[in-house]
Amino acid sequence: MSALRWTVGRLGGLVFVLWAAATLTFFTLRLIPGDPAEAVLGGPGSQASEEALAAARAEYGLDQPLVVQYLTQLARYARFDFGTSYALRQPVAQVIGDQLAGTIALAVMALALAWVLALLVAVWSTRSGRLAAGIGTGLEVVAVAIPHFWLATSLVLLFSSTLGWLPALSGSSAAGLVLPVITLAIPLAGFIGQVMRESLLDALSSPFVLAARTRGETATGVIWRHALRHAALPAIGLSGWAFGSLVSGAVVVETIFARPGIGRSLLSAVQARDVPLVTGIVLIVALAYSVVTTATDFFERIADPRLRLAAVA
Amino acid sequence: MVATSAALLLFLLTAAVLPGLLAPGNPLAIAPLEAFQPPSAAHLLGTDESGRDLYTRIIHGAGPSLLIGAFATVIGLGLGGVLGAIAGLGPHWVDAGTTRFVEVLFAFPGLLLALLFIVIAGPGPLTSTVAVGLATAPGYARLVRTQVLAVRRSAYVESAIVLGRGWWRRLVRHIAPNVGGTLFVLVTLGIGQSIVWASALSYLGLGVSPPAAEWGAMLSAGRTYVGSFWWLTFFPGLAIVLSAASTTLLGRHLQQRTRSS
Repeated sequence: MSALRWTVGRLGGLVFVLWAAATLTFFTLRLIPGDPAEAVLGGPGSQASEEALAAARAEYGLDQPLVVQYLTQLARYARFDFGTSYALRQPVAQVIGDQLAGTIALAVMALALAWVLALLVAVWSTRSGRLAAGIGTGLEVVAVAIPHFWLATSLVLLFSSTLGWLPALSGSSAAGLVLPVITLAIPLAGFIGQVMRESLLDALSSPFVLAARTRGETATGVIWRHALRHAALPAIGLSGWAFGSLVSGAVVVETIFARPGIGRSLLSAVQARDVPLVTGIVLIVALAYSVVTTATDFFERIADPRLRLAAVA
Repeated sequence: MVATSAALLLFLLTAAVLPGLLAPGNPLAIAPLEAFQPPSAAHLLGTDESGRDLYTRIIHGAGPSLLIGAFATVIGLGLGGVLGAIAGLGPHWVDAGTTRFVEVLFAFPGLLLALLFIVIAGPGPLTSTVAVGLATAPGYARLVRTQVLAVRRSAYVESAIVLGRGWWRRLVRHIAPNVGGTLFVLVTLGIGQSIVWASALSYLGLGVSPPAAEWGAMLSAGRTYVGSFWWLTFFPGLAIVLSAASTTLLGRHLQQRTRSS
């Protein structure tokens, strides 16, 4: 298969997934009991008048046949037009636009920290004997099992309430970012570390490492210059999973640290059953997820010649 | 490490089935005069804002917390298993279609599918359990499909075909038992994750709500006092971490054993 055909196929798959995700979301949200026009006006408790309901139906196209509504919505989604948030009375696109940067900053920093931690633990525990390997495994298992919400409250307890070093609420200061980033990074580091250590051990027992050693490469050099490159690939392949962990984590972490962002908006939208806002955020996350996994596939293909050769054979 | 986690799990299971044996008190009994007692001999893990004994509540909370985690895993594995089995056993076009569908579900990562379900069904213990099950189903579907395909193409199934065994007999006698072993490992590995997610939903106010003795709900209630009364959030969280970590370790141990045998 040529590189061009592979690329076109992969991008086609991306578009298909986005279309299907939007369709699934549209029809799933139709299952919500109650009159959607009433929901627009604030739910069944709002006691909206018949005229107001009719106006809302006309405004949101709810009087049209379902197929027409679906196609209209799909065209709107494609233009990032998700309607107006019921609860905030603001265009959903604007709400998301305001919140997105904060969440991305948080996620990127957490991802970077998670990689550094995972790398250090993986290298240390493969090099320093059985005890270190045991400690490494233990650390990773506990890190994976720790729920974000407990880690966050424990860190606040230690660093804010007891030591008073860092603020318990995030705000917009740089110091306020430290605890949220650590909270998001630790469970992720545990997961990446597990995969990385396994593939590092795998790489260290493979012929190319022996070959490098016979050429006079030091034990440290073998790890950093040869084996790690090999070991990082499977961990990069898990980027989709890491993305999911960061999104779920952001919901919890932004709520606990009172930090503005997509995750916290999603939670309050779910609590208020703010359908347009939920739809908007869910679809933006689905888009981001699909782009991340597609980019990972491209990267893996470039970094690992075996994938390209396997496709030819 | 395996022995420790097995012992811990046994303790948690005892707490879940017979909480009265380990903590004879009533988890909901309030005693306002004894509110906010730090851990002591009388109250091993302290008391909460209504003077309820935290140790008693955590022991009695094991039942609901573990049950929700187990149920969510069963739902996730049931849905995922059916999808995975259809994909793995069906003809090529069925496999392609089902795999595509699972791929679409993957575009709602982590808690997203769960939150989407809660928007439709409304919050509560039952919906949060189903929500966690739904959220984990795509992962199981992928794993089960891979496993079914591997078994289906194995030498012993091929020899069963050569011997002229019918498809039903191949499915029941050869494929199902061999996939089943792996499924058991998956359940053990998955329960820990489900417990954590379900308690996260309770913590966010979308699952079990206080004053019920459920670990996530207890953590959520203790959050208000995190600065002054640390034990209210620390111990319920520890219970979640320990149960999730011990099931995961046990699952890994089983995985290695099935791999090497």
